[in-house]
Amino acid sequence: MLPPEFILTLEDVDKSFDGFKAINGLTFYMDTGELRTIIGPNGAGKSTMLDLITGRTRPDRGKIEFGRNTDLTRLNEYRINRLGIGRKFQTPTVYIEHTVFENLLLSLPGRRSVWATIFSRTRPAQLDRIDEVLQTVGLSEAREQRAGALAHGQKQWLEIGMLLAQDPKLLLVDEPAAGMTDEETVKTGELLLRLAGRHSILVIEHDMTFVRQIARKVTVLHQGAVLCEGTVDEVQNNEKVIEVYLGRKKKDKH
Amino acid sequence: MMGRRLKDSHWWWVGLGSLVVLVVLPGLNAFTSVTHPLHVSDFSINLYGKYLSYAVLALSVDLLWGYTGLLSLGQCLFFSLGGYALGMYLMLMIGKLGQYHRELPDFMVFLGYPKLPAHWLPFRDFWFAAAAVVWVPALVALIFGFLAFRSRIRGVYFSILTQALTYAASLMFFRNDFTFGGNNGLTDFKFILGHDLRSPATQRALYLCTGVLLLLTYLLCSALTRTTFGKVQRAIRDRENRVLFSGYATADFKLFVFVLSAVIAALAGALYVPQVGIINPSEMAADKSLEAVVWVAVGGRGTLLGPILGAVGVNALKSWATRALPDLWLLLLGTLFIVVTLFLPKGIVGLPEQLRQLRRRPSRVVRPTAQEAPPAAMPVKPQAKPE
Repeated sequence: MLPPEFILTLEDVDKSFDGFKAINGLTFYMDTGELRTIIGPNGAGKSTMLDLITGRTRPDRGKIEFGRNTDLTRLNEYRINRLGIGRKFQTPTVYIEHTVFENLLLSLPGRRSVWATIFSRTRPAQLDRIDEVLQTVGLSEAREQRAGALAHGQKQWLEIGMLLAQDPKLLLVDEPAAGMTDEETVKTGELLLRLAGRHSILVIEHDMTFVRQIARKVTVLHQGAVLCEGTVDEVQNNEKVIEVYLGRKKKDKH
Repeated sequence: MMGRRLKDSHWWWVGLGSLVVLVVLPGLNAFTSVTHPLHVSDFSINLYGKYLSYAVLALSVDLLWGYTGLLSLGQCLFFSLGGYALGMYLMLMIGKLGQYHRELPDFMVFLGYPKLPAHWLPFRDFWFAAAAVVWVPALVALIFGFLAFRSRIRGVYFSILTQALTYAASLMFFRNDFTFGGNNGLTDFKFILGHDLRSPATQRALYLCTGVLLLLTYLLCSALTRTTFGKVQRAIRDRENRVLFSGYATADFKLFVFVLSAVIAALAGALYVPQVGIINPSEMAADKSLEAVVWVAVGGRGTLLGPILGAVGVNALKSWATRALPDLWLLLLGTLFIVVTLFLPKGIVGLPEQLRQLRRRPSRVVRPTAQEAPPAAMPVKPQAKPE
């Protein structure tokens, strides 16, 4: 068997905004099938890193590759998505006027051109797939509900479901537990753990309880570069991390 | 089950509306004597024909604004381009019956043109003009839309740009040396396809054509909005980023809708011009496009019956008000827009549903935000901005 290849490679990536170095010599590798958590204080460059991977912004310098040799720095958002990279935004981003079912229908893999969408018909296999995703994210009951009427947590799950419906190779999940109740947070963690292995998942998170629940390998970002990597315990006991992140976190914990 | 019943009753209304517009009104005009109590006058038919072409224009605005979230404040540019294209044909059909009794259109004689400019020549052919009604606005929309959407111009910036576009075009058409009649535009039409434009039968036929165009546009929009394409359209309106990050090239979708609605508006303009007998650059003025937006808002955007009701209703009101209270018309229109924006977010079409909710929960103010807001215990995140 071949050794697991990297699904994501970032090497020496720089990105500045008006002179502010949001990403500063970032080098990051992620294995196929891995569930990785990224933590870091505000302004560490976590969201910028996702923006760079998904084509929302371009790096000033450096290499960003998907799988073996697919250069992501030249592609735009929708092309990167078609390669199999799904992104969940920090705030729930669903189509509020569509039903839960329609939200998923629009996310299923398939041809995305104008003509294809005008003449496409929904196939039975697609309906089965939607029901399967609904079950996975626990929204079977809400199938025909308007997405705008869902509770906050349910919207987050729907968005994760929309990513799953695309059947991506790599899932980028930005603060999935933000604004959730404790119970919802636990459920979200369980969901991500179930998905790990079948998909490679990169989670950005603030909530340390949640990180503890899901994390296998944690990467700490600080000032646009990797500060350290390891298990939750290793990271939490790391002097540098305590100084820049956890120490500060404890002080202003609300 | 409720949805099914609503849908059926909706088609019933479409059928009834088509019957009245396409059979009853023209029938009463053609086959009853002027003294008959139910007689519809030639003047009325001509007026209704104008309303119908406005209704088509309103549908084109709604396809952009109500369904795709693109508020175009320059839709009348395409309406006017369609009108000008057909107007050029009509101008050449006047022949020697003009004021100066020359082959050359009056305004060209007046402005001292030695001969017909080369680009006017092929407009002697009706079908060339008819094709130009479609492709000229489509091309303008394609170029403008391509540049705007590729540069990711969104929201209010898009609206401002469309307004600037139509304003720039109107300034161009105002110029005498732009060969389209300048200030006065094209007018004094006499014949279309050999038929006298002043005869009631010709006007009735034009009215019928406009009615058929409205019906076809309605059916097209209704079919389109039910496809996956229609769902993508509304998804772009509600969360463009999600659509983009789901693998759809949203710029292509917006461009398609923009060009399609430009063509629809142009067809409406082409039928409007022979019925009102004139096209000039004031039709491109920014306020005309704004008015079309008001019709859609009043009728109910994001619905297909709404824009039609809005266009016909507001224009009927305008016809009455400009006679009865000429000084107050603009004030009335502004008030109407404000009232609709504040209290009727879904327009006239949404009114029954609002009343039903009011009856169910009489204690609550009818404000959509009041019903949409999540329970207070939940963290309320700003919805409009993913990021």
